[in-house]
Amino acid sequence: MLDSIKRMFSGEKSGKVAKRRLQMVLIQDRASVSPEVMGMIRDDIIQVLSKYMIIDKTDMEISLENVDDSVALVANIPVQNMRHHR
Amino acid sequence: MSEVIVVTSGKGGVGKSTTTANLGVGLAMRGKKVVLIDTDTGLRNLDLLLGLENRIMYDLIDVVDGRVEIKKALVRHKKYENLQLLPTSQVKDKSAVNPADLMALCDELRKEYDFVIIDCPAGIEQGFQTAIAGADTAIVVTMPEVSAVRDADKIIGELGRSEKDNIKLIINRIRPAMVDSGEMMDMDDINDILAIKCIGQVPDDIKVVTSANRGEPVVGDGDSQAGKAYENIVGRLLGEDIPFMEFEKEGFFKKLMKAFKLSKD
Repeated sequence: MLDSIKRMFSGEKSGKVAKRRLQMVLIQDRASVSPEVMGMIRDDIIQVLSKYMIIDKTDMEISLENVDDSVALVANIPVQNMRHHR
Repeated sequence: MSEVIVVTSGKGGVGKSTTTANLGVGLAMRGKKVVLIDTDTGLRNLDLLLGLENRIMYDLIDVVDGRVEIKKALVRHKKYENLQLLPTSQVKDKSAVNPADLMALCDELRKEYDFVIIDCPAGIEQGFQTAIAGADTAIVVTMPEVSAVRDADKIIGELGRSEKDNIKLIINRIRPAMVDSGEMMDMDDINDILAIKCIGQVPDDIKVVTSANRGEPVVGDGDSQAGKAYENIVGRLLGEDIPFMEFEKEGFFKKLMKAFKLSKD
């Protein structure tokens, strides 16, 4: 209800609304990655990080998230200990 | 130099077969040797749009399975002898033709034709993968509607994954009056969204329906805006630099003139 009143006064034409909505949704569509590829990214990240630190593989989370109008790869990886490099 | 073009869209009902028929007839009118292949197996329609539905003896699957030679299965257009149709089957299932089959067929047809145009089924499944396999160029047909543009973007992504990088866009069924009042996306809007070279914008035109009713694609009709738009696309495919047309808006006055036959179009 509030939305439709807002629309009436903003005077935005539906053609522009369509364009804006499409630009938003396509950012998400284009960034969508199959679970298989996501698994490959995860394995590669583990491999790289494991050179420097001991990480908790069971508790790590990585995902693609929409932040405003862009996409970010967000990773939460618990570090158990650092490997000591000489 | 021959070219294999696949006409695709993702979404159904945006005018793939109509586009294929019009480009085929348009190129034939320009003296090119053209063969059209319908790959929408089980949902045969290109024959009907070309007025060739009563002349079909064999189909794509008969050719692929080796029961007949290509030449025997091709249906010659009534008016343009240099235009041939390879119809699809109305009954067999879609998995009957695979990408390698179609690629081999295209390579065979390349030897004799200037243009091989493939009418792709809707969707992004096996039928799509088969249809695009042998193509040099993909023409993506879309409409100025959110669902059609989203699906076009998906198709463009799929084409990229299959290393089909020569992609052109046709925007079909534009309603100029709606674009003018801001209630429909225009070509620039869609270009901004999809970032693909647009080779044509075709207005929504009742003549597309009436010409389909008769089995005569609208491309030869100088009185039709869509007919002119298709003619322009054909020119662009042949490498000509043709500016995009301004659509005529049919206002009250124009309609009145038309009623009294004072205006030619």
